[in-house]
Amino acid sequence: MSDFPFLSVLTVAPLVGALVVVFMPATRAELAKRIALGWSLAVLVLAVFMWIAFEAGGDRLQLRESYSWIPRWGVNFTFAADGIALVMLMLIALLVPVVILASWHEAESSKRSVPVYFALLLFLECTMIGVFAAADVFLFYVFFEVMLVPMYFLIGSYGGHQRQYAAVKFFLYSLVGGLFMLAAVIGLWVVGGKTFDWQALTQIDISTGTERWLFLGFFVAFAIKAPFFPFHTWLPDAGGAAPAGSAALLVGVMDKVGTFGILRYCLPLFPDASKWFAPWAIALALIGIIYAALLAVGQNDLKRLVSYTSIAHFGFIGVGIFAFTTQAGTGAVLYMVNHGLATGLLFLVVGMFVARRNSALITDFGGAGKLVPVLAGVLFFAGLASLALPGTAPFISEFLVLIGTYTVNKPVAIVATAGIILAAAYVLWMVQRTTQGTLNPALAGVESMRRDMSIREKVVVAPLIALLLLLGFYPKPVTDVINPAVQATMEQDLGKQDPAPTVGTVQEAHR
Amino acid sequence: MDLEFPPMNYAALAPILILFGASLLGVLVEAFVPRARRHLVQLILGLLAVVAALVMVVLNANDRLVTASTAVAVDGPALFLQGAILVLAGMALLLIGERTVQRGGAFVAHAAVTVGSAEDQRQATDTDGATEVYPLTMFAISGMLLFVAANDLLTMFIALEAFSLPLYLLCALARRRRLLSQEAALKYFLLGSYASAFFLFGMALVYGFTVGAGGSGTGGGVDFGTIRTAVSDSSASPVLLFAGLALLSIGLLFKIAAAPFHVWTPDVYQGAPTPITGFMAACTKVAAFGGLLRVLHVAFSGASWNFVPVLGTVAVLTMLVGSILAVTQTDIKRLLAYSSVANAGYLLVGALALSRDGLSSTMFYLVAYGFTVLAAFGVVTLVRDADGEATHLSRWAGLGRRSPLYAGLFTFLLLAFAGIPLTSGFTSKFAVFGAALDAGQTWLVVAGVLTSMILAFPYLRVVVMMWLSEPGESTPTVSLPGGLTATALAIGVLATLVLGVAPAPLLDLANGAAEFVR
Repeated sequence: MSDFPFLSVLTVAPLVGALVVVFMPATRAELAKRIALGWSLAVLVLAVFMWIAFEAGGDRLQLRESYSWIPRWGVNFTFAADGIALVMLMLIALLVPVVILASWHEAESSKRSVPVYFALLLFLECTMIGVFAAADVFLFYVFFEVMLVPMYFLIGSYGGHQRQYAAVKFFLYSLVGGLFMLAAVIGLWVVGGKTFDWQALTQIDISTGTERWLFLGFFVAFAIKAPFFPFHTWLPDAGGAAPAGSAALLVGVMDKVGTFGILRYCLPLFPDASKWFAPWAIALALIGIIYAALLAVGQNDLKRLVSYTSIAHFGFIGVGIFAFTTQAGTGAVLYMVNHGLATGLLFLVVGMFVARRNSALITDFGGAGKLVPVLAGVLFFAGLASLALPGTAPFISEFLVLIGTYTVNKPVAIVATAGIILAAAYVLWMVQRTTQGTLNPALAGVESMRRDMSIREKVVVAPLIALLLLLGFYPKPVTDVINPAVQATMEQDLGKQDPAPTVGTVQEAHR
Repeated sequence: MDLEFPPMNYAALAPILILFGASLLGVLVEAFVPRARRHLVQLILGLLAVVAALVMVVLNANDRLVTASTAVAVDGPALFLQGAILVLAGMALLLIGERTVQRGGAFVAHAAVTVGSAEDQRQATDTDGATEVYPLTMFAISGMLLFVAANDLLTMFIALEAFSLPLYLLCALARRRRLLSQEAALKYFLLGSYASAFFLFGMALVYGFTVGAGGSGTGGGVDFGTIRTAVSDSSASPVLLFAGLALLSIGLLFKIAAAPFHVWTPDVYQGAPTPITGFMAACTKVAAFGGLLRVLHVAFSGASWNFVPVLGTVAVLTMLVGSILAVTQTDIKRLLAYSSVANAGYLLVGALALSRDGLSSTMFYLVAYGFTVLAAFGVVTLVRDADGEATHLSRWAGLGRRSPLYAGLFTFLLLAFAGIPLTSGFTSKFAVFGAALDAGQTWLVVAGVLTSMILAFPYLRVVVMMWLSEPGESTPTVSLPGGLTATALAIGVLATLVLGVAPAPLLDLANGAAEFVR
């Protein structure tokens, strides 16, 4: 089974699905939705088989396939996955059907073609899978850029208030980052002897100055994508304007391309520059944690609030990556998965609230728990998962990041911990103002607010809640896959050894 | 005095001769074929000539020779660019021949009629367009074919005039907005004449330099071999050389619309009939760059240390001017004009990488850009209302809702201009930037990337207009294209996609052709 070309099939399959769906007439919208859902479920099944075929302790890059594309430039369709990519691929395959089901009625309110909405979602899945599965820098860049196009139209055509502004801002920010990366990609290609193969490029020697410039080219693109402070201003706009399902994918998966890119490209390809820039990167990440959390506390728009929480969470991931310990790195990758689940859930639940109230402003809610108790409960759970309550999956990742950082850099870990307190503040306050307290009289008058979760909505949230709990108690299947990949990055590429735990001896204790 | 006629390799010259003959034949058609049938006869004649010339180019594909004494070089770049010009010109002919979108076609019947007179208003709506456009176009094409193969400055000048003069006329023949069209033609003619004069003057100075450099007795010359020898082992003062090269460059840079010689571009692109605008944007660019490449690579490569910084500055300026001014445009044709200026800058980046990769990537870029820009102007001809084409950007609002197919195609073309992967715009940008970086021109690549960011904004604004804005009262409809426009459009869009997804065959072809005979 391991000979099966999983990665290329996984990449192409959603594209085929998108082509099928996009040519459905608008009158057959219901059928188009079903095809899209079925297709994404089939992709999920395939992804599960891929997970089984992947050997947790085996080679660093597995499931490798390579086909010639542009021989003159040394460009190949090379796909390969390490543990980090594998868990992200699994996350995509899981989130897309959930989002499709959650977006069932989303496109109808926009007066635009319903099949096209679902085709765009499937096309987005194709590009997202491609970006994580690529092991050729050129191919990675292609997916990295093309990914913008479906998301641009999802936000711009189907989004809410200020969608045009948000879509253009999103596109331009990402494109600017992408072009910086293009310059660096070309530079890497020239100094690397006209090859794009990731494995070959990790072996080349680059002069210090060049290496730093190339690192910056890649890093800016990833920092905008992730986003890190100060490149983050597009995300609240995009997240606030995007339809809830697309926002869940935008923040849950697409932004992870930034942190994944740093782990997969910046660190292994430019190890010395990474070490040189690490203090700066950590500083940006720390500012992001505190600054975005403070802004989140002050938000009155639910979707913008969730976007700001994500920026804070990306700060944690950044700290975990640039701490350069296996523990913190594993925590960061696990955080990427858990954040995708938790924030995805939060966005979807918020979307359910917004769809009922037809407004995302917190002041338009108040005491909603009395009308829709189950939905309010799910919001509460999603909030708790997002603030990393022990027992939910994000707790483990946040904890790993913090202790992994603490072993090498205590002040950073301590400042980052302050972010946890702020997280509690923005989540609990948001939940309180939305669902607790006295019932907002204006809210009670809204007919649709009296409908609690439908079966469809329960099916949407159930797998996410289950996974958040499962991984909160038993993360081993995921960490077993992540750990060797992170270890290889830290030890082989960066030459960093984890600090040995110092065990106080008996005499020392007596002194 | 006996004049000995130099031996001619007629087979190698056949593409040029076929087009030239066909244009003369076209003049006869004007004289003898009844008016009602001229359009069809001319169109078929033009297409046949283009196809025949293309066949000859393919048959000559392995020629690497200099013929007609040293006047014409039929080598890899010449043949590649001739092929490119012919294919693109064939597409442009399809757009020119379109008559179903607008009754009588995009051209006016009698250009000399006073604008605004009763007769002028009558001919704007009813009368069939002039069929003289076909011989004129074919003259222009034959001039372009000669221009990319010219191996001395004199032949090059003749070719330059041969393709410029018909273009000046063609610009004045728009059916609607006659004044704009006439203004465009006059502007193009006046500025073009200046450029030609600069070119001539530069040629004279270079001749003087070769006379001085060759030592006593050998005499000078304007063929590239003589110039090359003179440049490489000269002990003479280089003042004449630099002054001559500068003036020659001005003439060429004018044709490729590089800043600061670009000011004619927006006015001419806007005023000219849209099929002609497309023809100029695609074919003139190929021809002018073909000439520039040969001049730089063959004749003056020995002086590259001196001219690369200067022309590099021109390239940076061109990219900046094109991209920044594109942001402020409100007319789609002017926007595409400034985008074409910026693209001239990217092409210069490739041209200044004086390596085989630089040459082949520039040629690849020319072909890729030509297909895309012709298709884009093809779409522009379709978006129209009762008064002709609706080129103001505000009129394009909500076009995606009215006619999703054409808005979708145009969006794809705009993404190609913006350099998004899986379009030819990306592969071609990658090719020239890669070649330039490989040749050590890092600063040009950085400037190219930065201006690409600026340039993305105007393209995106059009996309936003088409898809994200609500259709207004004045949103025009998209006319159903006739078979000719539809074919041209399909070719352009398909080529943009294919060259983006599978560029390998054309890249190999360009690379195989990327060597001048010296």
